[in-house]
Amino acid sequence: MHIKCLARFCAVLTSGVLLLWSMAAVAESGWLQLNMPRGVTAVSREVYDLHMLILWICVVIGVLVFGVMFYSMYFHRKSRGVKPAQFHESTKVEVVWTLVPLFILVGMAVPATKTLITMEDTRDTEMTVKITGYQWRWQYEYLDQDISFFSTLSTPREQIYNLAEKNTDYILEVDNPLVLPVDTRIRLLTTSADVIHSWWVPDLGWKRDAIPGFINDNWTLIEEPGIYRGVCAELCGRDHAYMPIVLHAVSKEEFAEWVQQQQQSTAISAAH
Amino acid sequence: MAATTHDVHDGHGEHHHGPAKGLGRWLFTTNHKDIGTLYLLFSLLMFLVGGSMALIIRAELFQPGLQLVDPHFFNQMTTMHALIMVFGAVMPAFVGLANWMLPMMVGAPDMALPRMNNWSFWILPFAFTMLLSTLFMPGGGPASGWTLYPPLVLQTGDAFPFVILAIHLMGISSIMGAINVIATIFNMRAPGMTLMRMPLFVWTWLITAFLLIAVMPVLAGAVTMLLTDRYFATSFFNAAGGGDPVLFQHIFWFFGHPEVYIMILPAFGVVSQIIPTFSRKPLFGYHSMVYATAAIAFLSFIVWGHHMFTVGMPLTAELFFMYATMLIAVPTGVKVFNWVATMWRGAMTFETPMLFSIAFVILFTIGGFSGLMLAIAPADFQYHDTYFVVAHFHYVLVPGAVFSIMAAVYYWLPKWTGHMYNERLSRIHFWLSVIGVNVLFFPQHFLGLAGMPRRVPDYALQFTEWNMVSSIGAFIYGISQLLFVYIVIQTIRAGDKATDRVWEGAHGLEWTVPSPAPYHTFDKPPKISTADAHG
Repeated sequence: MHIKCLARFCAVLTSGVLLLWSMAAVAESGWLQLNMPRGVTAVSREVYDLHMLILWICVVIGVLVFGVMFYSMYFHRKSRGVKPAQFHESTKVEVVWTLVPLFILVGMAVPATKTLITMEDTRDTEMTVKITGYQWRWQYEYLDQDISFFSTLSTPREQIYNLAEKNTDYILEVDNPLVLPVDTRIRLLTTSADVIHSWWVPDLGWKRDAIPGFINDNWTLIEEPGIYRGVCAELCGRDHAYMPIVLHAVSKEEFAEWVQQQQQSTAISAAH
Repeated sequence: MAATTHDVHDGHGEHHHGPAKGLGRWLFTTNHKDIGTLYLLFSLLMFLVGGSMALIIRAELFQPGLQLVDPHFFNQMTTMHALIMVFGAVMPAFVGLANWMLPMMVGAPDMALPRMNNWSFWILPFAFTMLLSTLFMPGGGPASGWTLYPPLVLQTGDAFPFVILAIHLMGISSIMGAINVIATIFNMRAPGMTLMRMPLFVWTWLITAFLLIAVMPVLAGAVTMLLTDRYFATSFFNAAGGGDPVLFQHIFWFFGHPEVYIMILPAFGVVSQIIPTFSRKPLFGYHSMVYATAAIAFLSFIVWGHHMFTVGMPLTAELFFMYATMLIAVPTGVKVFNWVATMWRGAMTFETPMLFSIAFVILFTIGGFSGLMLAIAPADFQYHDTYFVVAHFHYVLVPGAVFSIMAAVYYWLPKWTGHMYNERLSRIHFWLSVIGVNVLFFPQHFLGLAGMPRRVPDYALQFTEWNMVSSIGAFIYGISQLLFVYIVIQTIRAGDKATDRVWEGAHGLEWTVPSPAPYHTFDKPPKISTADAHG
């Protein structure tokens, strides 16, 4: 009776898993989204390498510690008739397992410090964009080009409320994307007009809070043209999930063209 | 032994030695065992309430799009879930365990301040009734996350002052509980129970109590400043008035990080009692365990900045907080190594308390690993505010703190009730919990790394699959806790008679009194033998 129940439960579970698996195969989607993106800047790759380094160190330590534990759980069990040892102190091993982790930590801290110093060095930038968070959209101001616009979610409400098929870029699409040139050291200032937001494009390798009354200083240098998407990462109220970031990284020439277009259209609307 | 003989001889004095009858017993009780029971039952109730909120969250996140709840209500759920689990479930559970066990472990007749003990418990039902009632107020409950960051929290509706007052009440209750623990441990130990002979659960609670007294007033200060910012035109956190919204985060996390250890140090204590018992071998490195606990407590005061790497602190501050945070890995590692060394060459059996303790060591360590990763400031710029963080702190809080509470309940329930619990059912509970919790939280590492932010009711399509898995795990874990409730009720009502020692390898004073433990224990201080000191 009991075994039967268990067998039935297992069967249901397996078929459920299989169903999920086949659904995945059809959709060919998120199952393989397991890790941080390497990104498209030197900094994002450094961050990725750092992440993988620490991850592997943790995996190795984990395998060792849990390995010893499972060995002990298998061989040192009462049912095997072992008599418990009575040792309970050893200053020597305590010193060893205090110092060894300390050295490992120093080994992690060195590359982490280097990367951090690079990331925080905002000198020598070639252009500046000021990013302001609002409930619930972003404003981008190109301080050197005198361009300014808002960037708002463009996914239709029907998709959010499941009344229409969802786009591939569901809730990661906006009306006016942020356009930036590649191979340019760009200063990105973040601030906010109401509550705290956080501007995050994973492919750039960092996020930074947008705080009312503060202007935070960051930089990036994008190496590959492309469309990169991000989100607001700090809870900012009802539509926190609905203020995405879309970043178009274009060649310097295309950027110059785009700037001209923008300035013209501003001039036209000013003339009217 | 004193307590046993005492009860037999003192039959005529029953009217002032047994519990009172009816509801009055629970309302007016000053007995540490009654109050311990009240705390534990209250915590169980809050665990179920907070858990239901988590299931609402996971149900909404089963698929992308908005299915079940409005985003504003979703935000109220994330906020309330956290406040209730932290202040209503985990902390009171440990205070309940402290009430039940500390006097029995140090050979004291009761807590040092029994009337205050009653008060500190009875504040809680009112505090949480008030907190929960805010969900029905105009504008709904708090929706800013449990961290209550201004300016967002100042957009809360009518609920705002009620939330603040509820937090004040919880803080007062915790501080009184902590004072009681310290007063009991310092003044009520039986002769011969020196500090370095105390069981580790007593030690970790002593250190926890100091953390509580140090930081709960800081939280009280922070929320009071929020209150005056909103109603009395102050500008502590209002940039437009010359204030600083980041200041709140500094103050909050100065409380918040020690708070994290308030929830985990007693768990270390519990596990340090249980592993030696079922390994039939004394705890390895008792002294280093005490020092490591103290070291962790000290470090907890100087690492708060790692919660706010992304606010834009100066480079030197970021470096300081990164290094200090990484240092925590050292004493924490010492603890894990000591537990493993305790198991090494023991003669282990795997009753349910031991199963939960082993799961604790492994899964807490996994949470520790992700904690170490989060300490690396440049990588934290990616991890921060994503599901990676959610996975991290749930690993240390659920299979960490909550599993240790489960372990403690199974370990001491026979002593409390005089009945053995149903070992077969409790193992099923364990396996469902351990599978459920990993299916629930492990995929959240993937989600966070792949770019899913936390506290969102909706997400991009590439996160669908792992969110589904996570939600399935949540329902397995959540529903299997009803089995726990059933097992506890069953054990209270009936079950095989437990022996006084209950577990073959158990050491410590609590196992020298009968099962169930009489209403009053150690009216006369016991003689301390080395074997009965720290198991």
